[in-house]
This record gives sequence, structure tokens and C-alpha cells, in this order.
Amino acid sequence: MTPLVHKPVEQRDGVVIRFAGDSGDGMQLTGDQFTSQTAAFGNDLSTLPDFPAEIRAPAGTLPGVSAFQVHFSDHEILTPGDAPDVLVAMNPAALKANLADLRRGGDLIVNTDEFTPRALARVGYERSPLDDDSLESWRVHAVSLTSMTLEALKDSGLSRKEAERAKNMFALGLLSWLYHRPTAGTVAFLGRKFARQPEIAKANVAAFEAGWSFGETTESFSVSYQVKPATMPAGTYRQISGNLALAYGLIAASQRAALPLFLGAYPITPASDVLHELSKHKRFGVRAFQAEDEIAAIGAALGASFGGSLAVTTTSGPGVALKSETVGLAVSLELPLVICDIQRGGPSTGLPTKTEQADLLQAMYGRNGEAPVPIVAPRSPADCFDAALEACRIALTYRTPVFLLSDGYLANGAEPWRIPDVASLPDLRVPFATVPSDGSGYLPYARDPDNLARPWARPGTPGLEHRIGGLEKADRTGAISYDPDNHDTMVRLRQAKVDGIARSIPAMVVEDPSGEARVLVLGWGSTYGPIGAACRQVRDAGGAVAQAHLRHLNPFPTNTGDVLGAYDRVLLPEMNLGQLASLLRARYLVDVIPYNRVRGMPFKSGELVGVITDVIDSV
Amino acid sequence: MSETVPPRSGPPNGSSWPVRQGLDLVPTTADKQSAKDFKTDQEVRWCPGCGDYAVLAAVQGFFPELGLRRENVVFVSGIGCSSRFPYYMNTYGMHSIHGRAPAIATGIAASRPDLSVWVITGDGDGLSIGGNHLIHALRRNVNLKILLFNNRIYGLTKGQYSPTSELGKITKSTPVGSLDHPFNPVSLALGAEATFVARTLDSDRKHLTAVLRAAAEHRGTAFVEIYQNCNIFNDGAFEVLKDPDTRDQALLRLEPGSPMIFGTSTVKGSRTTSGAGASPTTSRGVRRGTDGGVEVCAADDPAVLTHDPALLDPSTAFAVSRLAQPTPVGIFRAVSRPTYDDLMQHQVDLATSTGSPADLGELLRAGDTWQIS
Repeated sequence: MTPLVHKPVEQRDGVVIRFAGDSGDGMQLTGDQFTSQTAAFGNDLSTLPDFPAEIRAPAGTLPGVSAFQVHFSDHEILTPGDAPDVLVAMNPAALKANLADLRRGGDLIVNTDEFTPRALARVGYERSPLDDDSLESWRVHAVSLTSMTLEALKDSGLSRKEAERAKNMFALGLLSWLYHRPTAGTVAFLGRKFARQPEIAKANVAAFEAGWSFGETTESFSVSYQVKPATMPAGTYRQISGNLALAYGLIAASQRAALPLFLGAYPITPASDVLHELSKHKRFGVRAFQAEDEIAAIGAALGASFGGSLAVTTTSGPGVALKSETVGLAVSLELPLVICDIQRGGPSTGLPTKTEQADLLQAMYGRNGEAPVPIVAPRSPADCFDAALEACRIALTYRTPVFLLSDGYLANGAEPWRIPDVASLPDLRVPFATVPSDGSGYLPYARDPDNLARPWARPGTPGLEHRIGGLEKADRTGAISYDPDNHDTMVRLRQAKVDGIARSIPAMVVEDPSGEARVLVLGWGSTYGPIGAACRQVRDAGGAVAQAHLRHLNPFPTNTGDVLGAYDRVLLPEMNLGQLASLLRARYLVDVIPYNRVRGMPFKSGELVGVITDVIDSV
Repeated sequence: MSETVPPRSGPPNGSSWPVRQGLDLVPTTADKQSAKDFKTDQEVRWCPGCGDYAVLAAVQGFFPELGLRRENVVFVSGIGCSSRFPYYMNTYGMHSIHGRAPAIATGIAASRPDLSVWVITGDGDGLSIGGNHLIHALRRNVNLKILLFNNRIYGLTKGQYSPTSELGKITKSTPVGSLDHPFNPVSLALGAEATFVARTLDSDRKHLTAVLRAAAEHRGTAFVEIYQNCNIFNDGAFEVLKDPDTRDQALLRLEPGSPMIFGTSTVKGSRTTSGAGASPTTSRGVRRGTDGGVEVCAADDPAVLTHDPALLDPSTAFAVSRLAQPTPVGIFRAVSRPTYDDLMQHQVDLATSTGSPADLGELLRAGDTWQIS
């Protein structure tokens, strides 16, 4: 859109915006669209959707507040930002729930139309905070979003209720003007989204444009801001969320393994999007089976694996609890199976829409008997793609179930992704068993001497008819065996097979630009962003700190013990009560310093700066 | 005996439903097979006298008639005495987890249309711990043959009452009598809208074989309840149905197109009997009752029902399944409905046969992208 009025433009190197409103206000969509515009503009970015488990909590209440935070910049960033610079509050509840996070001096855009006595009273405001001095620490922009939206749509033919629903697009238009976002993508998106209701599409575009024009003309905003595109490695980029990257990674693995992909899944937050996505890709031969329960979901996947498919089940913590027995069977059968656990707050139903890392020990130990299962964890939304390929590689190569531990923050968060060249992806093809050429009988539990994997014989292969099951089996033949020494042998073989995976994974890499660090900050999974951002801040302030991040939690990289032993202090932030810390202490006898928070939200880098600095000072 | 049931709503994507019959897509062999080909080298470890031996012999005996390639047959079981069955069949097989065989078998069948998939389960495995998977397999109509060995007791855990044990049963866990009302497995399967439901007896090799053959050739989930004697913990549970002196009065043999008559051979259409205790005066029939169910009537009552397993409406089959005296055996229901796995394959075929070939690079680049050089 062409500017009507010329206002001064200021440069910013990065901005954090939070959109907050009622669950029904369309804040996630607004945030997504702002993010798409920002991605198309070429900024680096990171997002944090934060919404309640209830689909529509009572309107105007604190539990009903839904928010979306986006951090974008002209340089590489790792997190959605600690504190917003701009808060868009669509009602008093959104203001009350989010104000404390807004940076002092930041911009506060409020929809004054919703600040009615009743709405204020509903969240405990005795008088409107717009009318007293309680907001004097921020730059308040009082905007009558709803009535201006209605005014813009008065000739649209829509009912008042329908027209009001476009107020989020008014807000998006205003923010798009304020930060010089390209608008063509949003206009095209609205056309696609409401293709069957052209009048609604038109109204949303009109509201969006009205918001933009309001920004240009109002005196409430005296300046606008520019955030230049970030310098990033050359390539073709797109924006991607963790769950989408995970789904694409699974499809890519199936293509690179030349095996059909079979997904067994039961709906569960925050994993359902992977089921939804994979259900769309029948063109790739994907069979997505929505089972009657979590147990059937993994059972069907294991059956498909027996039949020769690349088999996957997706779930969250409570689902893993139900699947445990079948994971144990997969350990015993030694068949490939990928179990994706999109972790959420626990125990029990816990915090379905919030993030946590407290399923590590469940993945590691949550089975009867000695039942080792490899574990891999992505560290960012886009990294879910590579982690999925790695989980499939291990499962197929070693004929074993593998846990992939993502979490709610990675699942719903988004960032730019440099799209890989398909030819550069790993070749995951593995051979199926064939009839022994020497005429000897088929031995289902004979092992590859290098990696201890047993053969994978597909039904339909003549001469390889065999029976496997959960009962202990004799080494090599697979016949039922209750022999004490054989059991001891088999337990050790299964463990040795998983331990041996360490030989196929890269050594842990330590980042220590100064080379003088005496403190190592170690992490795993989604804490990579906040830890990395915190380490940069510590270094910028003159401190020396090393960072390392584990992708493989079982087995650990072979140099893990050496790395841990090379530092005076090892600090380990986790969104649990110290689960990885326990594993490392037990395994390496290193006095790891745990730092634990379980607030259902990712760490803030500023918080970790303080913790890291304290540890450095203690050396 | 089956006919095509039109689906209630049209097929996905406006295409036609896949029409497949019986064992279509499962490769056959011209080689002559014998029961011996289906035996493994494993020592059979059921108790001497167990009814499971008879079922195993019947299955191994009739499989050569199907002419299927052994490598395209898979037996999947759960946990329990009967669930050892796959170890004794020289096909592909999996002895899985308690109650979960239908779920695992669903994954096999849904991903491999070229396999004949059989589930072996029991009254505890299939109806107690695995009840949920059973009913969902039945409603989906996955191409599975489910043989439920019903001995009305937990055998492998040494004699606790099961979900088919009669009320008041004295067992180790119910020393003064069980409090659970039992399931009728046939009624349950019909209620879950199974497309093939049958009941037979371990001791009647001829009847057992005929029912198994019909099940094998049914496309969709075939549910077969097999009354099976546990001679250790529940001996004689079905004796009244087996004893030559009582069985003709106790059994109603359902035969398509024949009137539902039991007791003697005096009425046209029923089979002959040589039961010592039977006499012409004890021949009786089954007709619709006034309460909506069925009731026993005179053999020459004009309202005696003629058995038709192909009836689309399952309510007559359900009413018949409620009979206890006599106990109906045979095929209660056999109708045709598109199977879950055929439909799933159909969707994949449609998606892969239209448009350009699936291209991973194209998928990853779909949507809004931007270049950085």
C-alpha cells in the first residue's frame, strides 16, 4: 500500500510483539499471518503461541486469554523473546494477563471498545486502567478497534456480529503498517481462506486495510519502525512449525528409505497436528490410521512394521504411558518403530497446551524389564525435520523402537527454515532378509556382527516364515526359551545393540568462542534457543561460557564424559526437576548443577543469563 | 450366502467403492499342500486333552483347501492358552500382548492387502482386556479372521472367572461365586455391526471346518466364537452341547435356507439325529416372540423362522443369539460391506494415480517461500 502521510521511520534491530485476546478473537491466526509477512520480508524470527486447553473458555475471562508472541530481527535469533516490546490487548482480560510481561516503555495497544464496566469487573478491575495512572510506564495507544472495524464494514452487508469478528484483521493491518510488513501475502491468504464466502474475505481485507490506513493517519502513532531483513545463509526459505517439520521429516524418511509410511495415532494435544498433516499426504503412499485408543495406535504401527512399513506413532506423555507395554514388545521383537512424544506439562492430564521436558525418564525407563530404547530430541522447530530423519535412521538400521522427544513449544513454535535439497538427505534404505543361500534355515535372531541388528523378514517372502513374540526367545533361532543363561545373553545383547548406536552418531560439539570457558552450559531439546541466547549475552558482556547441546539422549555421544570432565562446572537447565542431570550424574559421576523450572513455558534467556553468571562467579 | 450392502453414504471422492471378494489379492499356489505343511517344529505345549488341539488340527487340516501361499498368511495372537497358537502354524506369526492382537493385526492388514491375516484370541484376551480393540476391528470391518476360543475361564493364570463365565461361578478369585453378568460374544459382535459372525464347537470337526472355511472366504472381519473345553479348570462347560444324549435338544444348528428346527429329524430341512434320548415328540422350532425376541415353539408352527444370514438388518440374528436353550451354532450373519483396508488402499490408489507423481522437493517448497542469495 502506498503511504498517504509521511511519518518518521526509525530503525530497530529486533522487535517482540505479543497479540493477546479472547480465545475466540483469532489471535493465533493474527499472529500466524504477521509471522508469514515477516518471514516473507526476510527477517529471522521465532514464535511462541500460548493458548488455553479449553476451546472456548468463557469470553472475557483470564482463563480464556489466548496469546501469540513473535520475535523478528535483522540478525539470527534463537528465541521468541523474553519480554514483548509491543502488546496488543484486545480486552481487559488480555491486558491483565499479559501486562506484567511488557517491557517498561514498550508500546501498549488496547482495544478501548472492550473496556466496558462489565468486562473490567469480570477480571477484577474496579476502574479502567486506561483512566488512571497505572499504565504510565508504557506508551499507551488507546484504539477503538471494534467500532472502527464496524465503521469500515458498514456497507459490507455483514451483520454486526460477523463484522466484529474482523477486528483482528484491523489489528493486523495496524501492526503491519507500524512495522512495514508486506501485505500482499495476507490479502492472498484471506482470499484463499474464505474462498467459499467471498463477502467475508472482502470484509476481512477491508478491515485489514482500514487498520493500515488508521496507522498512517492517526496521531497516536507518530513514528513507524523498520527491521531490515536478516543476513542468513543463501537458499530457499520457508516458515515452518515443529509439528509440520516433524511430519515432513517422516515423509522424507519414508521416501529416502523407499518404504511406505504407516502412522498409527490417537488424537492428543499437542501432537494431533502431525496426524492431521500426514493424513493429507496419501500421494506419498502415507497410511494414517486414527485408532480407537493410544494402545491400538502403536499396536497397528507395530503390525505395519512387521509387514515391512516405516511405522510411526505420535502422541504426548499420557499416550506414552498407555503405549509402554507395546514399546516393550517392540524392544523384544526388535522391529523398527518411531514413537514421537510431543511432551506437555504433566503428570496425568497436566497442562495439555503447555510445554515441558519431563518425559525423558519415561522414555528412558518407562517399561518393565531391561528394555533399552534410543532417544533423540530436536532443538528447534525446523530441527524437528532432521530429528525425524535421524530417529527413522536409527529405527531402521538397528531394528528398534526409537523415541523422538519434541515438546509443545517446538510443536507450535515457528521459525524460518532453509529448505534442504532432497538429494542431500541421508539414504535410509535397508535390506530385507532373503532366503539363506547356503540352504540353512532362517534365523530370525541371528545378528549383524557390526551393529547387532537382527534381520527384517517381510511376510510374503517364501522360505522365511517365522514366529516372533513377547516371550523370551533363544539367541539366533528365536524359539521360545526359558533358559537362564540365554535370557542373560539376550538382555545383554539388546542393551549392547542400543549402546552401539553411539558409534554411528556425531561427537558432542562444544561452542566456546573464547576458548577460555570454565563453565559449560549443557542442554537438550527445546532449551537450545534460550540457552544459546543467554550464552551470547553472557559473552557480549565479557564472560566466557561454553555451550553444548545433546540431540541423542540414549545412547549419549561417545565423548560426553570427556566433555563434561573438561569444565570446572557443568550447568544443566531443564524444564523438569533434573531428569537429564540424574542420568549424567549416574553415568559419568559428574556433579552437574541442575537448574529447573516447570512453568509450562520456555526459559527466558534473561533468566538464564543470571544463572550462568552466578555459576561463572562461583568458579 | 452374502450380498453386497450398499453403503449408507457414498464413497470418498465421488468414486466407486472397491469391490473385492473373499481372498482376492492373496497369492495362491499350485503346489499341493497338506496339513503337515502347516505344522512347525515346535513342541505343542497345551495340557493333554485341551480343546485347543482339536482347533489346531482343524485349521491345519483345512488350510490346504484354501491353496494360499504359506508366506502370505499371518497368525497374530494375544496372551493366554490359545494365544500360543501362532507358534504351531508354519506361516508368519506374532504372539503379541494381552488383548492387543486385533490392533496389531489391523496394522498388518491395512498395510498389506496381499496377506490373509488371522487373529487367535480367547474370552479373557478378546473380551476383557482387549474388548475395545475387538469391537473396533468389527465395526471397521478390517479384513481379519478372528477366532475367539471361549472356554469361559482364565486358564493360563490357573482358573479365575472370565467375562463369559456364568454368574455365580465358583473360582479361585470368586470363592463364594462371581458377581459379573457374562458377555454373549455373538451378541456382542452383532452389536458391533460385524459383517460375519459365527459360533462352533471344538469337538465337531466337520462343523468347525465348514465355519472356518466360510470365515476364510469372507471379505472383512469374520468373527468366530469356538466353544472350547478347558479340561483342567472348567471341564465339561459345554458337555450338554456335546453329549450324544443331550446335544440334539441343546443345539440349534443354523443352516442358511433351512427352518430353525432342533431336536429330531422329523421335519423337512433339519438334519438327522441319532441321539439316544431324542424322540419325535421333542422336535421343536424357533419363531419370533411377542416381546421382539425369539422363542421356542412347536416344530410345525407356521411361524418357524427360516435362517437367512444374509439379512442386512442384524436384529433377527441378534434375537437368535440371545437363545440359550437351545444354543444356536453356525453362521449367524454374513453380509458384505467394504472393508477398511480396501478403502484405505483405494484412497491411496486414487491419490497416487491422479496428478503428477509425488515429489518430495515440491512438498517441502510448497506454500510461501523466499530466496536469500
